[in-house]
Amino acid sequence: MSRIDRREFLKRGGALLAASSLPLSLVDVAFGKTSEQNFTFAYISDSHLTHLKGREFVRNWDRGLIRAIAEANLMDPRPDFVFYGGDIAQLGKPEEIDHGLELLGALRGDVHYVMGEHDYYLDLGEHWRKRLGPDHYSFDHKGVHFVVLNSIRTFDDWTYKRWPSGAERMHQMARLDNPQGSPFMVGEQQRAWLKDDLDKVSKDTPLVVMSHSPLQKIYKGWNFWTEDAEQVQALLKPFKKVNVLYGHVHQIQTNQIGNISFNAAMATAWPWPYPATYKQQASYLPRLTVNMNRADPFFERDATGWQFINLHTGRVDVNYLLPGNQNRVVAWDDKAGRPADTQFQDTASRIPPQTHY
Amino acid sequence: MIRQIAAAFIFIGGTGSLHAAPLGLPPVPIPADNPQTPEKIALGDKLFHDQRISADGKVSCATCHEKSKAFTDHKPVSEGFKGLTGTRNAPTVINSAYMKTLFLDGREPDLEGQSKQPPVNPVEGGLPDHDAELAIIRNDPDYVTAFREVFGVDREHITMQEVSRAIASFERTIVAGDSPFDRYYYSGKKDAMDAAQVRGLKVFLEQGRCVSCHRIEQTQALFMDHRFHNIGVGFKRIRGKEAETAAAFLKSKHGGADIDHTVLTNRNMSEIGRFAVTENLTQVGAFKTPTLRNIEFTQPYMHDGSLETLEDVVDFYNNGGRVKDTDPVSAFLSGGIRPLDLSNGQKKDLVAFLRALTSPSVKAQVNSGGNTP
Repeated sequence: MSRIDRREFLKRGGALLAASSLPLSLVDVAFGKTSEQNFTFAYISDSHLTHLKGREFVRNWDRGLIRAIAEANLMDPRPDFVFYGGDIAQLGKPEEIDHGLELLGALRGDVHYVMGEHDYYLDLGEHWRKRLGPDHYSFDHKGVHFVVLNSIRTFDDWTYKRWPSGAERMHQMARLDNPQGSPFMVGEQQRAWLKDDLDKVSKDTPLVVMSHSPLQKIYKGWNFWTEDAEQVQALLKPFKKVNVLYGHVHQIQTNQIGNISFNAAMATAWPWPYPATYKQQASYLPRLTVNMNRADPFFERDATGWQFINLHTGRVDVNYLLPGNQNRVVAWDDKAGRPADTQFQDTASRIPPQTHY
Repeated sequence: MIRQIAAAFIFIGGTGSLHAAPLGLPPVPIPADNPQTPEKIALGDKLFHDQRISADGKVSCATCHEKSKAFTDHKPVSEGFKGLTGTRNAPTVINSAYMKTLFLDGREPDLEGQSKQPPVNPVEGGLPDHDAELAIIRNDPDYVTAFREVFGVDREHITMQEVSRAIASFERTIVAGDSPFDRYYYSGKKDAMDAAQVRGLKVFLEQGRCVSCHRIEQTQALFMDHRFHNIGVGFKRIRGKEAETAAAFLKSKHGGADIDHTVLTNRNMSEIGRFAVTENLTQVGAFKTPTLRNIEFTQPYMHDGSLETLEDVVDFYNNGGRVKDTDPVSAFLSGGIRPLDLSNGQKKDLVAFLRALTSPSVKAQVNSGGNTP
């Protein structure tokens, strides 16, 4: 689509994209200079579909995914593709993965998948891979190199020797603050694959790295953590523009470490609060602008959502669609050299956190 | 009756002092730039009931908001000039003074903005534009006198601002509380509601989940939350066509079409709800929570008037936003809507409770055909 077409499109018919409250200046940046690299993709994550019995699944989680799909299907112009960020399933059951893929079949357009720990630890991803193919791969799109990693593996000893059954292993990995848990990692084998893959890519090429866990260390107790994050980051360091997008945390996070921008996805299932312990890890503190408050239990979609990404000049702007709440945009801030919430960055305009008594 | 309400509950003589609100309601919010005066209220009353302000001289605000029908029209969707029909059910004017947005999709911020639209809507008043509306008003010497007295403007300087302010002032007098529920809940009169109504209140607060949107507060109850929800009404009409309907609507809106005209003349586009105003993908099919006060007299129900009785409405919610429990569920359904598993007894009690939300003043108006104070 030529520049003029696209801008005209946005002005009139292309409304839905414009509708997502992109500031006009951003639209100019996005579609003005190097339009051959500008595109949009949708990003849905963390549905945690939970099998009950027979054809029965937990309604709440089903409705979250169904709604995100229905809303994403309204995007006009269409996104180039959709990413699913992991955790289709809650306990890795084939029924859950199959059910999720059946629902996701309603999405208009191609879908790329990321492996989540809830898809993995029952059968070590066997059913997922049977349905969806390899769990780490790369592809190029409009001048951007996409890399997908399985970042939720862990030590072999924990994976293979500790547990009497796959189901027990899955339950252990699903727990928060679990003293018997184990940190996520990309692992040596995938890092070697990543190095090979990136060796073939020019350092000027913008990278988008999709993982389930954050490729940074935020909070170990909930596995908001990747044990070999520094080693993965070292492989990404030579590139000028690197964007890491991850699920797992069910909340809006943004961070900049060196040349690498980090943005997290909202879940369609439920929100996690920001652990107070974030403050203990000053060096990795993501910039928090609006705290995740406890969701209103009546509105099952409260504090959940999905997002679409505008890729412009190799940078990522994340548009969060938050049912029942004000949508938000975390966009690349060229002056600051990091992604920033476009509305709440200013201290005076922040929403103060809820006080708990 | 109207003047009586005004005298009892609203500003008197423009002194700015606020009199006690009806039991169960907060004080009526009055905008600083449109203070209440008896003369302005009387002018608004006249404008509200004036059928000349329409293309065929037969349609006034009161055509669809009739006092004897609890300020509704008892039709599924409203009928305008030449019998043309719109797409939406006329909401009651009673207690609209408390709304934070007007129209079912909230496309106007206040009563002043609301009343400007219907006279010039092609399926309501049918006038070509506001100039035509003002010409009718300026040609009536009584109006010219009244506008001079109330607003200090001469004939040529009567604008839609004065017209809409007068109508809004009148509408702010149409408030009604003091229902059996109010006397039970806020005055501690335990015999104000019967046993079924008391049980129904429990369903309303608990298993029925009604109160989460139709709110009851500690000192007053508006039975609304000023928010917009997709509860599954009307989605069947555009099911599978949501994307094309939304895209076609936006193309028309961005091409300059008036939202008010589009949503009231195109049945499919009407169903996109709040999205028409905000263009927010998460608000497709979302409509404003209406008050439940006096709901006994505001049938039929829902934004498209598709449910005839309160029993139908309770069944609809009990089925998780569906007429029948075998119907498909809207993909855009609000997270608050789910099957409730109410027993037949609970459903009956809930309906009984809804009938406890009727104000005696409204009941008297309805029973007398609008003629008794």
